[in-house]
Amino acid sequence: MTEWIDIAPLDDIPKRGARMVKTALGCVAVFRTTTDEVFALDNACPHKSGPLAEGIVHGNSVTCPLHNWVISLETGEAQGQDQGRVATYPARVEKGRILLDRAFLRAKAAA
Amino acid sequence: MTQKLIVIGAGMASGRVLEHLFDAAANYDVTLFNAEPRGNYNRIMLSPVLSGDKTYAEIVTHDADWYGANGVTCRFGERVATIDRAAKTVTAENGEVLPYDKLVFGTGSNPFMIPLPGHDLKGVIAYRDLEDTQRMMDLGPDNKCVVIGGGLLGLEAAAGMAARGVDVTVVHIMGHLMERQLDEAAGYLLRKALVDKGITVRCAANSKEILGHNGHVKALVLDDGTELPCDLLVMAVGIRPNVKLAQEAGLAVGKGIHVDDHMITSDPDVLAVGECVEHDGVIFGLVAPLYDQAKVAAQTLMGEHAQFVQKELSTKLKVTGCDLFSAGDFADGEGREDIVFRDPARGVYRRLVIENHVIKGAVMYGDTADSNWFFALIRDKTDIADMRDTLIFGPAYQGGTPLDPLAVVAALPRDAEICGCNGICKGQIEDAIAAGATDLGAVRLTTKASGSCGTCTGLVEQVLAVTLGDDFVIPAAASICGCTDMTHEDVRRMIKSQRLTSMPAVWQECGWKTSCGCHVCRPALNFYLLADWPVEYQDDPQSRFINERKHANIQKDGTFSVVPRMWGGITTPNELRAIADAADKYMVPTVKVTGGQRIDLLGVKSEDLPNIWADLNAAGMVSGHAYSKGLRTVKTCVGTDHCRFGTQDSTGLGIKLEKELWGSWTPHKLKLGVSGCPRNCAEATCKDIGVICVDSGYQVSIGGAAGMDVKETELLLQVATEEDAIKAIKAVTQLYRENATYLDRIYKWMGKVGLEWIKERVETQQDALVDRFELSQSIYRKDPWAEHAQTKADRYQPLANLALEAAE
Ligand code: SRM
Ligand SMILES: Cc1cc2nc3c(=O)[nH]c(=O)nc-3n(C[C@H](O)[C@H](O)[C@H](O)COP(=O)(O)OP(=O)(O)OC[C@H]3O[C@@H](n4cnc5c(N)ncnc54)[C@H](O)[C@@H]3O)c2cc1C
Ligand code: SF4
Ligand code: FES
Repeated sequence: MTEWIDIAPLDDIPKRGARMVKTALGCVAVFRTTTDEVFALDNACPHKSGPLAEGIVHGNSVTCPLHNWVISLETGEAQGQDQGRVATYPARVEKGRILLDRAFLRAKAAA
Repeated sequence: MTQKLIVIGAGMASGRVLEHLFDAAANYDVTLFNAEPRGNYNRIMLSPVLSGDKTYAEIVTHDADWYGANGVTCRFGERVATIDRAAKTVTAENGEVLPYDKLVFGTGSNPFMIPLPGHDLKGVIAYRDLEDTQRMMDLGPDNKCVVIGGGLLGLEAAAGMAARGVDVTVVHIMGHLMERQLDEAAGYLLRKALVDKGITVRCAANSKEILGHNGHVKALVLDDGTELPCDLLVMAVGIRPNVKLAQEAGLAVGKGIHVDDHMITSDPDVLAVGECVEHDGVIFGLVAPLYDQAKVAAQTLMGEHAQFVQKELSTKLKVTGCDLFSAGDFADGEGREDIVFRDPARGVYRRLVIENHVIKGAVMYGDTADSNWFFALIRDKTDIADMRDTLIFGPAYQGGTPLDPLAVVAALPRDAEICGCNGICKGQIEDAIAAGATDLGAVRLTTKASGSCGTCTGLVEQVLAVTLGDDFVIPAAASICGCTDMTHEDVRRMIKSQRLTSMPAVWQECGWKTSCGCHVCRPALNFYLLADWPVEYQDDPQSRFINERKHANIQKDGTFSVVPRMWGGITTPNELRAIADAADKYMVPTVKVTGGQRIDLLGVKSEDLPNIWADLNAAGMVSGHAYSKGLRTVKTCVGTDHCRFGTQDSTGLGIKLEKELWGSWTPHKLKLGVSGCPRNCAEATCKDIGVICVDSGYQVSIGGAAGMDVKETELLLQVATEEDAIKAIKAVTQLYRENATYLDRIYKWMGKVGLEWIKERVETQQDALVDRFELSQSIYRKDPWAEHAQTKADRYQPLANLALEAAE
């Protein structure tokens, strides 16, 4: 069963932006797209662990701030020629609040 | 036996219930109450009445004859005051008690009035009924009206009044109009169409209070202090289901009156339809579902089994000249793809959102002729895999082979217009080609085609290709990125010539192929827009690389470096102490003297940035912009203050220059140097702009480099006074800001336009350039660190800390 944790109001993340959530097992980047969708990914680029939360968000992708890899927010997969993938976690918006699945903490523990 | 039916509210939903009942000759004796002093009319046609396209008489749906013929007892202008469900009676306002067998609620909704100070002044109205419409119609031409709310209703009110010559301003709290139905791009086109109608539109504007005079509205005041004078103020910010009476009668009420699938409320003898109901958690504001409800309610009243099912909805705006359509869900999402089509020349925008080969949502502007077809595809969840390539062009293009753009151009008649700006037809271009113009430049020169806004460049090239065959290869000019076919130069030209002042405007007018650009084009557009429209355009931090968004340089481990300004390389013991204290306090691992005559604190954590900035601010230091495509450093030597060879006060001039230029954004970074004599200890002749002091004055030279390329500056001009040197430098900086391609240093730009071109403009247009530079600086010459430390510090903290959450 999914158990959702209320994280913060959606408006705490700018449109086409991201913020970081700290967990005991590392940081998760929470993204907000142009159309107010939210996505949660490990805050570490598959290339050299660049902080994805600091990247430029466009469409459903983010460009890593360190060396411009483009990562899909939906799959965590690097786009184009680049190879690699970061973990993604369930996230959604309800009544203007961002919710993350508590299971992601467990998933991170297992990873 | 005939049963007694009492209906509360003669609105669009309950009217439809009665039509169904009478059509089926149901055995009911109906009494109809209505708070408005009239029967049922087509409320959605109030907008055409307002704009003068229709009269009230034309929108009446049920007249006295109709009510008479169906034996309805009309109690118009009378409210139902209370209901006694146990006794099954209602009490009218005049105290009369009437029994019922069945009761139907159709009380609609109430417009929401924002409780701003002054909202109860005379002349503050909603837009809901004929009275409101009449108030707006009575406002003669040249009066001023403010409409709060840039949604469907607000815009119809605004357009209707504008059509009557009223001076209308729409104040909308969100960034673009009709944000619930439209995306930014369509919102931009809509805004443009309204502005063309003479309506002033203010988005992202927050209302603060309403001012009055003798009890009558006088002006609206915004958060930022702007005062918008008005004779009438219309609030169109939303509606709330009208549930008061139902609540007092003890019916189950949430946002609306709770009904089941049969439109029955929590009391089996009481039904409800229309905007006053809540079904399955949803409330309603458009008539399509209300009509479905009315049909179900009528069948339920007649003892038939029927169920109300919620359906997909679509929206259109009834304002002439603003053709827009939106339907379904057009949010981006997992597994969703966008198909975007833009035709800048015709002002057309279409966007489809597709998931698993099914269209989920659509937004269209400018050409909505195919909207019904798309709406049917959404509603029926049609598999569109086979027509995906041509889908966006609409039904006319399905089933055939995909169109070859060259074949389309080849098929155009000779009198087809190619260049709209100059009115050049295909035939004229063909003639020019036949007369020897065999490339784009020659065609442009002889016919002027594509010489103005440039959007038809591709078309002209296609005419060349079709006419010359293999002799002409369409040149692949390097476009900014995959989002567009336009080059940086094309886009800059469009921004200036078409007065594009927002990013959605550029995306639309330049035919962007993605919904919101990418990391390559967005930073460039953000710069172009703020450089060309410093007052109108709002800087977009989300379109900036992290260093410029967070005003610090990101390091390979995700920490940041902090470089405060040391004006002209001069510091003081106090500044050095503050830097040392900050380094201790925030445990900065590395403190380094940079190549730019200042000190770098490397390895600061994101969370600490606002605090370290506040500490440095307290000691009088500001951001050094070591991270910006903007003014970096002005390197100086000691000059006449101490040096035995110094000819002028190079340190003083350097400090003055840095204080005048700091905070300005430029196409790439901008570094200056001022040396006190030709020995050049400040290395001024390898900077973007260098000043060498000589006995007779100042030599200002530009275009040096000492990075990946090494180049010596070239002399721009020599002036006699410090003041003239500063003016010349501001002028050349502004010329660079206005003309260079994003990420070209001055030497690269100079390589393209030539030193002579720059010189001529700096000499002949100096004052105008300086004025424009100063205008921009009036906004940007401020310390971003102080601003962020004071107003945005929370953005530097994690959104949440779940480190203590159990990970069991
Ligand atoms: C800190 C500093 C080195 C130092 O320790 O001295 C430095 C550090 C960086 N330089 Fe530099 N440059 C520094 C002076 C220079 C100089 C010398 C100067 O300014 O007198 C040059 C040569 C002159 C010039 O600007 O061309 C210089 C030419 C570059 C270049 C090549 C630019 C070019 O057009 O060829 C880059 C790359 C770029 O900008 O694209 C660069 C980029 C960088 C970046 C920003 C790399 C990056 O993108 O992360 C480095 C950031 C380090 C950090 O995290 O803080 N840095 N860099 C100097 C800071 C000066 C200051 O106080 O602001
Ligand atoms: C200007 C305008 C333009 C619109 N354009 C569109 C459009 O283009 N497309 C679209 O789909 N929808 C549009 N709408 C919305 C549409 O008009 C409504 O959804 C629809 O009218 C709601 O019908 P209803 O029967 O629920 O309520 P209403 O039509 O509002 O009728 C409710 C009636 O109940 C009366 N009443 C309330 N309480 C009592 C009481 N206690 N006793 C007696 N009577 C009472 C009220 O006076 C009112 O006359 C528009 C609305 C407006 C105002
Ligand atoms: S020279 Fe290269 S390594 Fe050294 S600071 Fe500049 S960019 Fe970084
Ligand atoms: S660490 Fe992300 S691109 Fe290199």
